[in-house]
Amino acid sequence: MSAPPSPAAASHAPTPVLAPAPFPSGPVRRLQGRGVAVVGNDIDTDRIIPARFLKCVSFDGLAQGAFADDRLEQPGAHPFDRPEHQGATILVVNGNFGCGSSREHAPQALMRWGIRALIGESFAEIFFGNCLALGIPCLQAPAADLAALQAALTASPATILDLDIEALRLTISPAAGAGDPRSLALSLAEGPQRMLVSGQWDGTAQLLAHGAALDATAARLPYLSGFGA
Amino acid sequence: MSAATLYDKVWDLHRVADLPGGSTQLFIGLHLIHEVTSPQAFTALHDLGLPVRHPERTVATVDHIVPTTSQARPFADPLAEEMLATLEANCAAHGITLHGLGSGRQGIVHVIAPELGLTQPGMTVACGDSHTSTHGAFGAIAFGIGTSQVRDVLASQSLAMNKLRVRRIWVEGTLQPGVYAKDLVLHVIRSLGVKGGVGHAYEFAGPAIDALSMEERMTLCNMAIEGGARVGYCNPDATTFAYLRGRPHAPAGEAWERAVAWWSSLASGPDAVYDDEVRFDAAAIAPTVTWGITPGQGIGVDECVPTLEQTPAEERPLAEEAYRYMDLTPGTPIAGLPVDVCFIGSCTNGRLSDLRAAAAVARGRRVAAGIKAFVVPGSEQVAAAAEAEGLDAVFRAAGFEWREPGCSMCLAMNPDRLEGRQISASSSNRNFKGRQGSASGRTLLMSPAMVAAAAVRGQVADVRELLATAPADPAAAPLAAGRP
Ligand code: SF4
Repeated sequence: MSAPPSPAAASHAPTPVLAPAPFPSGPVRRLQGRGVAVVGNDIDTDRIIPARFLKCVSFDGLAQGAFADDRLEQPGAHPFDRPEHQGATILVVNGNFGCGSSREHAPQALMRWGIRALIGESFAEIFFGNCLALGIPCLQAPAADLAALQAALTASPATILDLDIEALRLTISPAAGAGDPRSLALSLAEGPQRMLVSGQWDGTAQLLAHGAALDATAARLPYLSGFGA
Repeated sequence: MSAATLYDKVWDLHRVADLPGGSTQLFIGLHLIHEVTSPQAFTALHDLGLPVRHPERTVATVDHIVPTTSQARPFADPLAEEMLATLEANCAAHGITLHGLGSGRQGIVHVIAPELGLTQPGMTVACGDSHTSTHGAFGAIAFGIGTSQVRDVLASQSLAMNKLRVRRIWVEGTLQPGVYAKDLVLHVIRSLGVKGGVGHAYEFAGPAIDALSMEERMTLCNMAIEGGARVGYCNPDATTFAYLRGRPHAPAGEAWERAVAWWSSLASGPDAVYDDEVRFDAAAIAPTVTWGITPGQGIGVDECVPTLEQTPAEERPLAEEAYRYMDLTPGTPIAGLPVDVCFIGSCTNGRLSDLRAAAAVARGRRVAAGIKAFVVPGSEQVAAAAEAEGLDAVFRAAGFEWREPGCSMCLAMNPDRLEGRQISASSSNRNFKGRQGSASGRTLLMSPAMVAAAAVRGQVADVRELLATAPADPAAAPLAAGRP
């Protein structure tokens, strides 16, 4: 992990418990940090980043847009505004997170706020793929475990989460004196897991490696050759 | 596992290679871009020092940020102007065709690609926009992608994809008068849920689908994604070919016959195997309206907002959130709910047949007092065709505003938006919280004819009643053209 820290993420750390995590680069095997819970099923990308924040030609500065309307609705009380959650890197959600619009601005906004991994009951497909392309794993866990984890994070925000993407295991270590570490089994499809762990989640180079096969495919498509004149 | 469906055949044809992560590299036949999701992709390409591999397979338009009142440049909003200028510069630098404002071909990306004949059966179509599923109406495999994937398509004309399961949605019967493809798809999503299609391609088939026009099929496939299905498609048939014939990018001459033969060979045949099938009866579907904050929270216009007791346990928290946000009382009829704004347009329902259906309701009637109602054609071609047959005059006479083409109030990235708690009757595709530009704005999704009915009644109304009765003032129709 050697990418420079994001200036946008840095500006969001009034409680400097942890240095802002750098953006993902290379293999994504293990992440350690605090968690933040955003509760609710079917949280769509319009809620993750309202459309007005899409008016930009660069992703820089999207952190302020993360959950902007939800944050407006509950000034200061949204988990992304609570001082004790600043610097959190693991977002714990519920079912069908990231449904709706395909906007990559959604994972970009979460990443720029500081999120480096998500754990939820299920994720919308495009959102999952957009996260993967940024090196951000979206891992799954059963609903009941997630509800318990969300409650634990809200009650004790200092809880340290240790996410092992190779072993698909989350270790939950409550702050000193608040109980013993627990662990939670996670799931992630084998393909994405391999891509993350091997560092091959940025797929452009892989696609370009098959130049000859690309040309061969194009050559057999009737609509690219006047329908086989 | 599915076999011999159109999806399987098109998938196999476009397979380039198996990738290390277990996904498949798929060749992309048509890549569409717009100003919102492309700039960062071009920047990434530039940073990697890569060219656009097939600039002739990417086509651009501008739709999301364009104002619909005046499209004079520079735009009043400097950010919108910057986005368009960036798109223009990127297209010029890479030799990509841009159908810009005033070209006669500009419009919402999912409206213009079909009308230009760019979208054809058997293609893979990708666009950084979730409603790319629209193009499946032609028997293409079309899906929305993220910005990193836009970069990948620009760089390699291909994508890493995972194969979907194929669910056949078989629709028997005939849609009743006043019931449209929009109602059909809202009904499907209501029945199968907004997550029902996750991991699936929806093949829409059966007598009711065969009877749909291409524009209706586009409405249907457009909203497949709202049911969680990233891909929705209809098999190509005579209706498809009749639509495509003579379009600017459609094959012509001898190539046309060869194209039709190939396209026909792609349709799912009797040997097709599906992962599963769901059946519907078109005749049983009523005009459908959403009452909540997801497209799955829909009911017939003759029904009441469902009570908690009528709602499956796992959907109750969302229902409660929707009652609060929408300020609705469970158990009350949706018909009669007053609205503030009526919007006809979007890639779901901004085509000529949509405007005709709405105009048939608006003709000879007046928008109710205090209602803001406006019509936004989906493209410059739609606008010109509608004006040629006088639909603009019908709408204006009825008190609707007639606007310039664009995405408009489907999502508020342009000046068209809800204010405060306003509630809209909208022919678009998403009723998510804040979707239409106000963090507390409310949206009721329905067909364009139902939006027109809501506009003239000032409240949610059953369009079938209006279609069954003559306008109160039939003399208003001939006067229409003369009014401002
Ligand atoms: S009309 Fe709406 S859904 Fe369609 S492309 Fe534009 S913003 Fe997206």
